[in-house]
Amino acid sequence: MPEPLIVARGLKKRFDDFEAVKGIDVEVQPGEVFGFLGPNGAGKSSTMRMIACVSPASEGTLRLFGMDPAVDGAKIRARIGVVPQLDTLDTELSVQENLWIYGRYFDLSRAECRRRATELLEFAQLTDRADSVVEHLSGGMKRRLSIARSLINEPELLLLDEPTTGLDPQARHVLWERLYRLKQQGVTQVLTTHYMDEAEQLCDRLVVMDQGLIVAEGSPRELIDQYSTREVLELRFGAGTNDQFGPQVVGIGDRFEVLPDRVLVYADDGEAALAEAHHRGLRPESALVRRSSLEDVFLLLTGRSLAD
Amino acid sequence: MSDTSIVLRIIPVSYLSGLGLRRPHRMIERHVMAYRRQWLIVVSGFFEPLFYLLSMRAGVGDLVGDVSVAGRSVPYDAFVAPALMASSAMNGAIFDSTGNVLHRLKYARIYDAALATPMGPADVAVGEISWALIRGQIYAIGFLAVMAAMGLTESWWSLMALPVCALIGLTFASIGFLGTTYMRGWSDMEIVNTLMMPLFLFSATFFPISSYGGWAWVVQLSPLYHGVALVRACNAGVWTASLVVHALVLLVISVVMLAWGSRRIDRLLRR
Amino acid sequence: MQIATPGPLRVVSGHLVVFRRLWRLNLLSSFVQPMLYLLGLGVGVGALVDRNAGSTATLGGVSYVAFVAPGLMATTAMAVCAAESMWPVMGGLKWRRDYHGIAATPLDASDIVFGHMIWMAMRAGITGAAVATALAFVDDTRSWGLLPAVIVAMAVGIAFAMPIMAYSVGAEMDGGFPAIQRFVIIPLFLFGGAFYPLSQLPEVVQWFARAFPLWHGVVVARGFTTGDTDWAGVAGHLAYVLLWAAVGTVISIRRLAKRLYP
Repeated sequence: MPEPLIVARGLKKRFDDFEAVKGIDVEVQPGEVFGFLGPNGAGKSSTMRMIACVSPASEGTLRLFGMDPAVDGAKIRARIGVVPQLDTLDTELSVQENLWIYGRYFDLSRAECRRRATELLEFAQLTDRADSVVEHLSGGMKRRLSIARSLINEPELLLLDEPTTGLDPQARHVLWERLYRLKQQGVTQVLTTHYMDEAEQLCDRLVVMDQGLIVAEGSPRELIDQYSTREVLELRFGAGTNDQFGPQVVGIGDRFEVLPDRVLVYADDGEAALAEAHHRGLRPESALVRRSSLEDVFLLLTGRSLAD
Repeated sequence: MSDTSIVLRIIPVSYLSGLGLRRPHRMIERHVMAYRRQWLIVVSGFFEPLFYLLSMRAGVGDLVGDVSVAGRSVPYDAFVAPALMASSAMNGAIFDSTGNVLHRLKYARIYDAALATPMGPADVAVGEISWALIRGQIYAIGFLAVMAAMGLTESWWSLMALPVCALIGLTFASIGFLGTTYMRGWSDMEIVNTLMMPLFLFSATFFPISSYGGWAWVVQLSPLYHGVALVRACNAGVWTASLVVHALVLLVISVVMLAWGSRRIDRLLRR
Repeated sequence: MQIATPGPLRVVSGHLVVFRRLWRLNLLSSFVQPMLYLLGLGVGVGALVDRNAGSTATLGGVSYVAFVAPGLMATTAMAVCAAESMWPVMGGLKWRRDYHGIAATPLDASDIVFGHMIWMAMRAGITGAAVATALAFVDDTRSWGLLPAVIVAMAVGIAFAMPIMAYSVGAEMDGGFPAIQRFVIIPLFLFGGAFYPLSQLPEVVQWFARAFPLWHGVVVARGFTTGDTDWAGVAGHLAYVLLWAAVGTVISIRRLAKRLYP
């Protein structure tokens, strides 16, 4: 077993009287893609900022590459790449100037900055926009540039805070594909997301965070197997009437959940559950059988849906 | 002589390196890159003090005639020119360290990007203040050249006004930088402009300190007054012991503000 | 039957809502700054000027404060209205995008432009009135002429606001604004006849000053406050000032309509 890249023990972050992270333990292995999953305000971004060595931990220990951010912050930052939640691109500079100056912050020579920038523009599919001023790029392009910029120092560890929030589906898929290529090159990645499909697509292993604490940990498959059934039956009875029908589905699957807009029935065989519901005389406006997802895991663990 | 190096020797190096002082010149490199496209804005900054000087010379100078300072009678434009040079060092430094820094800190978030790299908060603070100084020196050199061309310089001692302007720039860039870390948004720039104006008008710039009578002590509270006194002395080549006091006032303000500003920016960016 | 509020006034009421939040800060630029200039340049430099025999004749027989005061009412109106017609106007199209919001209602480009014009006249009027009130307390500058001088300041305000608005609604980037400030507004402030008679300047500079509306406003306002009014001259100068406002307004409406309804 190689030495873990990131080790956190009892990590806490306090802002005045508000505790954003309430003591978490995390280990990330080299080459792994690790995810923090949770709704807004779960403490993901605070955790990421501590790992990025731009926010000192209030309590607990944190080690990256075996070093302490409080002592060797600059040395650690030299080896990581950061894609922040909101783009911090330099809007007064052109696309390639953004890459050059960022490389200079890492003390790369000018020639090296140019060489890497050319490669990264190719990687981010921005070569033909190299001289455009950043202000005029689309959201997806800016995000790709942010990722390209974070790679200028050839980082061993890449931190991505909600990499695809606010992007259209097509732009998301382009980004996912780029991140997958980096994984194949052996770059360790830590990302936060509140998108289930993103976590399932990208992460080898993830933790579910809620209100500053880790509530579950494992691979996406393990979490689904452990905390949910194989399939889910979604029944919609029409707005405002779903809670009346809740009691009538008792016993159909393993368990059920009543949401404002639908009733979820957890069962290993969704079709059989639907047949049983029909047999009981239930006539929903619509019914859907789908595979169980991390959304269901989150719902079970926290009692709330991720959209909240 | 370089004023920055003095300051760096006075503030313990360990203090600044604790805030991550490693390569502040990278900030300057960034600005050079950005201003390559906006060089006209940089150049145009030279004209404002020049317009003031021309207006004072052609218009107000004729109305006023000669002014007596410390027993010597000098033409009004020769009286005002050194003060305008000192004021423009202040204006340039404040402009660069407030509005521009506010934009980079709060809106463009350029510092957040820099701090994700091995750069530290002190790199940002020292880099920004140095940039303001460099820009100020360029304007000061230009202004001094115009003064010389107009016959308003009296001897080679006038060249001493350049390092003095660097010191004035350092003082106000440090004050401006610290102030910016407390700003809430763009509308606070209105406060900056309003604070600058009395400094500009009442630092013995346009009329001698003797005009203030019993209120002269208020004028001495203005850091710009000490800068104006220094530039005037350089231009006249008249050296007195009180100049040491003027220089010390500016130096002490710079050191305190720079240390405080670095702390503040560290708090803001690494919470 | 209910009478609808005219469109431009509805736009103005939007400005007022924002102003109610920021008026304290605005007060600084519209009142404190001109008063500081008056104190520093009018009273301070004035002491040097009035001591100099012969200067009073150059100034038309009045003290330096009395000479400078009406000029400052006009320059302040110019400065406030010019700045308010740059970034805030571009922001209405680009950053806050409230012009697009207004354009989606029954109001159109001309309502926005006239709304801006009324708003600028009000801002210049507030500034002018504040300065006039302060001047009324000083013996040298107290006169009924301060009242029409406020109106002149309003005219000067819109004479700068409207042409600059015409530029701002068509501009893509804000890079031109500092250039306008540094090469038009500040030189006019310094060479526009507010601090000394134009005749003291070289011919070229005089023509530069005469080309823009500021000097015309300064001369008229000064005529009112010093009680030396030549009515034919007043009519000519004011017509020129208002011509700038009118041309600016027409171009603003056309360019804004093109931006809002492409």
